[in-house]
Amino acid sequence: MKPAPFEYHRPGSLDEATALLAELGDEAKVLAGGQSLVPMLSLRLAYFDHVVDISRLTELRGVTAADGYLRVGAGTTETAVGADLDVARAVPLLTRATPLIGHFQIRNRGTLGGSVAHADPAGEYPVVALTLDAEIEAVSAAGGHRVIPAADFFTGLWSTALEPDELLVGVRFPVWGARSGFAVEEFARRSGDFAVAGAGGGVALDADERVARAAIGLLGLGSTPLRASGAEAAAVGQRADELDAAELGRLAMSGLEDVPADLQGSADYRIRVGAAMVARAWAAASNEAIGQRAAVGARP
Amino acid sequence: MTELTVRLTVNGETVEQTAEPRMTLADFLRERCGLTGTHLGCEHGACGACTLLVDGVAVRSCLMFAVQADGLSVTTVEGIAAADGTLSPVQAALRDCHGLQCGFCTPGFVMSITALLRDNPTPTDEEIREGLSGNFCRCTGYQGILAAVRVPLLTAAPGDVRSYENGGREISQTFRVTGGTSD
Ligand SMILES: Cc1cc2nc3c(=O)[nH]c(=O)nc-3n(C[C@H](O)[C@H](O)[C@H](O)COP(=O)(O)OP(=O)(O)OC[C@H]3O[C@@H](n4cnc5c(N)ncnc54)[C@H](O)[C@@H]3O)c2cc1C
Ligand code: FES
Ligand code: FES
Repeated sequence: MKPAPFEYHRPGSLDEATALLAELGDEAKVLAGGQSLVPMLSLRLAYFDHVVDISRLTELRGVTAADGYLRVGAGTTETAVGADLDVARAVPLLTRATPLIGHFQIRNRGTLGGSVAHADPAGEYPVVALTLDAEIEAVSAAGGHRVIPAADFFTGLWSTALEPDELLVGVRFPVWGARSGFAVEEFARRSGDFAVAGAGGGVALDADERVARAAIGLLGLGSTPLRASGAEAAAVGQRADELDAAELGRLAMSGLEDVPADLQGSADYRIRVGAAMVARAWAAASNEAIGQRAAVGARP
Repeated sequence: MTELTVRLTVNGETVEQTAEPRMTLADFLRERCGLTGTHLGCEHGACGACTLLVDGVAVRSCLMFAVQADGLSVTTVEGIAAADGTLSPVQAALRDCHGLQCGFCTPGFVMSITALLRDNPTPTDEEIREGLSGNFCRCTGYQGILAAVRVPLLTAAPGDVRSYENGGREISQTFRVTGGTSD
């Protein structure tokens, strides 16, 4: 047996789960799909006296549409997110990012909440949440319900604004209006591996074909998922069909401070890959936005 | 550490055993149930050798604790062939297409392919490659495994010669096993 011994708890409800977390404090660890936590326990990179299994809490699963946003329950599996038609319609970036996560056997158990809480800088859902300005819902026995903007959520490598007694219960993804396009592009050495570098993007156009809203997220290029705010600002107000995607890619790489370097690639290499991924994602997203307008205009 | 009682269905039979919470489902099946068909390569989710079905869904059994499978239904590679030992179409095709050499990875591939073809009976080459990207084989070079998944082979009758494209090359193969669609 690989992991260190722990006591196992399987609360029957959300209230029971938060009560347990309040009681056990930082000696406890939440177990959702286990696709990141169990490897860490097995490699003994981490150990906890108590493991609180929330994987059977059906109240944490499901997708609901609300005014202006789509809410995905934390316990919704990555497979379920990827197959959900409401997600595909309202938050296409989430749907397109899903097949890039690991392999189908991983996605069958891995959850959206687990992925966001794990906060891997190369994870797809964390960067989608950050790129779309999602809001993270957390619940604790002591503090009740609170909502954390994604911009404040990812605080460092594998660290988040969640308190040890808090459970992530759902993520609200804003729904963009018509005439918007989305794309995610990444490069991994083998299909299913965490990417060397990647980018997710959203583009919304105004009536004059100009970029009204630009969102560019970066993965694998720092200790957290990142936003390329300089490149976003440079794109807003420009005519979408005149923008140079390669130039935006280069711009998105300026000012990066802690680009990882490891066996997968040096920091310089990651920056080159990152620039190319931003360019591809931008081109695809803005083409989609431009094409949507044409399609709408073509209707009799 | 105290052991907990785990009650689950394995290949249609009810099993009740005790396990420490930290015991993975894979170790539980191998050590408590004597079902050593589920292999362990990496024990941290990377290689796919331990793939099996939990309530019909393909998962890594090294990334699940046995206590988490309490009350659930597990299918291992031992539950794939017929009771009289007749290989399933997936197993037979793997044998006939030289989809295994040492066989270490094979149980994981059998389970992944079985789930893949159940959910998508007519996968494209790309879908097959994507679907099997989570299973490592250190022997075959994968071409025989990819060939085994090709639906034309699985639905062929013995003696049929089927040609298909694999990696841009035209390949002909004589089918020797009794045909049948994937279940
Ligand atoms: C081979 C392999 C390849 C992978 N490739 C990728 C990839 O390419 N991209 C990618 O993004 N991911 C990848 N993953 C990770 C996968 O996406 C995980 O499913 C995900 O990161 C964690 O989700 P989980 O539900 O399994 O969480 P767990 O592993 O159960 O938990 C992860 C962490 O989040 C915490 N947590 C979980 N749920 C909650 C909650 N509701 N509230 C508070 N804290 C919580 C846990 O305490 C733990 O710290 C891969 C995993 C493997 C094994
Ligand atoms: S042993 Fe489970 S994935 Fe390698
Ligand atoms: S046959 Fe030896 S590892 Fe696949």
